[in-house]
Amino acid sequence: MKKLLLGNAAVARGAYEAGVRVVASYPGTPSTEITESIVEYPEIYAEWSPNEKVAAEVAIGASIAGARSMSCMKHVGLNVMADPVFTAAYTGVNAGLVFCVADDPGMHSSQNEQDSRHYARASKIPMLEPSDSSECKEFTKLAFDLSEKFDTPVFLRLSTRISHSQSLVELNEREHDELKPYEKNPAKYVMMPGNAIKRHVDVEKRLEALKEYSENAEINKAEINSEDIGVICGGTTYLYAHEALGESVSYFKIGMIYPFPDKAVIEFAKKHKKVFVIEELDPVIETQCRALGIDVIGKERFTLLGEYTPALIKKAVLGAEIPDDNCLEESLPARPPVMCAGCPHRGTFYVLKKLGLTVSGDIGCYTLGAVPPLSSLDTTICMGASVSAAHGMAKARGMEFNKKLVSVIGDSTFMHSGITGLTDIVYNKGANTVIILDNSITGMTGHQENPTTGYTIRGEETKQVNLIALCKSLGVEHVVVADPFDIKEFERVVKEETNREEPSVIIAQRPCALLKRVKYSGHCVIGENCKNCKMCMKLGCPAISVKDDKVVIDKTQCNGCGLCVNVCPFGAISKED
Amino acid sequence: MVKSIMIVGVGGQGTLLASRILGNTVIREGYDVKVSEVHGMSQRGGSVVTYVKYGDKVYSPTIDKGEADLILAFEILEAARALPYLKSNGTMIANTGQINPMPVITGAAEYPENLAGKLEKKTNLIKLDALSLAEKAGNIKTVNVVLIGVLAKNSEIPYEKWVETIKETVPEKFLDVNLKAFEIGYNV
Repeated sequence: MKKLLLGNAAVARGAYEAGVRVVASYPGTPSTEITESIVEYPEIYAEWSPNEKVAAEVAIGASIAGARSMSCMKHVGLNVMADPVFTAAYTGVNAGLVFCVADDPGMHSSQNEQDSRHYARASKIPMLEPSDSSECKEFTKLAFDLSEKFDTPVFLRLSTRISHSQSLVELNEREHDELKPYEKNPAKYVMMPGNAIKRHVDVEKRLEALKEYSENAEINKAEINSEDIGVICGGTTYLYAHEALGESVSYFKIGMIYPFPDKAVIEFAKKHKKVFVIEELDPVIETQCRALGIDVIGKERFTLLGEYTPALIKKAVLGAEIPDDNCLEESLPARPPVMCAGCPHRGTFYVLKKLGLTVSGDIGCYTLGAVPPLSSLDTTICMGASVSAAHGMAKARGMEFNKKLVSVIGDSTFMHSGITGLTDIVYNKGANTVIILDNSITGMTGHQENPTTGYTIRGEETKQVNLIALCKSLGVEHVVVADPFDIKEFERVVKEETNREEPSVIIAQRPCALLKRVKYSGHCVIGENCKNCKMCMKLGCPAISVKDDKVVIDKTQCNGCGLCVNVCPFGAISKED
Repeated sequence: MVKSIMIVGVGGQGTLLASRILGNTVIREGYDVKVSEVHGMSQRGGSVVTYVKYGDKVYSPTIDKGEADLILAFEILEAARALPYLKSNGTMIANTGQINPMPVITGAAEYPENLAGKLEKKTNLIKLDALSLAEKAGNIKTVNVVLIGVLAKNSEIPYEKWVETIKETVPEKFLDVNLKAFEIGYNV
């Protein structure tokens, strides 16, 4: 039976068919739906871990214990889990172990555009790269087989277009479901120097064997159509190149990016007058080809930035001009993403902007607090950096600066890597104010549970982390819960806490407006006594705009959250059913 | 022969469901198909673009400028933005409803006037007020299915195949209102 599946859902299907028993991940676009799709298979234990490092360690432990296991993450998540991953390369596996990493060329939803293929060489872990959903499933299964055959973790590398494209997949039965026996083996699994030195020898031997495999692997394949032009590509660029160039050129499709099939590629190159390497982001294949002495055309014709398109490839390879756009003569206003109507973060940022504070930001929906009109954030680096970077700012500039400085971090992000930063502040005598934006869910990636929500990935009730008790236990004496929609009180709390010369935490508590249980009703209306002061416009609510120089509220956009009612200085806005 | 359809709109309008209905309908006809989606809450309120391509064999899941046979636009400004992607003889189906983007709300930009009129001069435009048609169907949230109805009418795929997919895709309790919305769109 063939089914239309997202690349991510196909990876989950592949894991199911390969007999995977444990999957642990942290959500991150574009990888999130892999683990969400795993939930459809009751045979598999699935969890959202607090962060990617924990997730990888759970998968490593499960593999050592004899279960085929997987951990899935976005590219920047791989940075978080790099520590255990590099050493898992040394221990190898008991049952199959796969790390599935999804890159985001074009940065649809990311803070950088890193090319995770570099990790394969750096960690000495083989890496496979599928091109469509059918390959996502097949390569996942192959990854588990290779993992056991060569005693190594295996990377599966996706990118946004692969993860979030649907194509047809043939479904099969679950093939392999045994738990492997567990035997204590410290020489293999206790990585202290004496053991690790020996394991490193095994790692290098294994790479030789994997290289041999890669040379003849079916997933590294040549399609010879021409003696003139040969194209070396993989993943998305195989599809784009085929679309652009059809059967006028030959292809070498790299399915196993590491170890690289050196001899096979040299053979392919010899058969063609000109050889192009087409790969998004960094020149990984190109550098390897040049090291092998192959004269290739690569990044001198192709950009290092963003996603490729068939048109871009046509232009670079054939010199075909991109036709002129059929478009309207006028420029069109951009439509950047916005915080939803009813978003709890809107109240927080309204107050922070009003107080003119320096705001150390983080990764989540609330990163949108950086854009006009709220324009609050000063920095966004990575998960957790809001807390620790603010500590650094305060240490650099002193107490007066610190009194005008806050960190903002979501509940899920705080659990991910904010706790350690807060510990640092307390331990090293900082005096920062950290605002935990507790909207009761992991919002940006599409509503995943986390340790503060009280539910597991399967929606089962579980213990809920008590943020107040947690912060107090770290040594923060001032922990206040405040509602960001109660603007006056929230402002008072922020002033009070930032003025302290010791650490404090404000838990800005109000659930995400898109949660099913959140039932705002009716909508807000502007009354006769509106003085047109446009204070409500400062909220940046998608429902409020100006028409003919009068403020109006769009009923179809408004969800009746009432924040504008609280902001209006003349009491001119009210709620209607 | 590959047919390329773009679905554009504003994050949160239900373009994803529309592309899934389209994708699952064309496979009933035995085509190869690829659907490229945009995911994540981070896209809420922003421009969203979905590509659906079907034919004997589809390679790239994306559509280049000047390559779309048909564009289904959930919002008229997004229709204008997508225009460069339409083939010279392509068809544009556009909901005339307006959703102000943030630069318009903040006063940094103006919402262009009479976009439907301008688009009409440039392309084969089928325009409709999908919101009032959805209201007629009984639920303003069926805007996307009204638009799918219009798309269905302008496709070579038989009516029944669309209905079969909608029956499989939409939850039981919303089925009647969605079928009604589809019917209304189909008969625009």
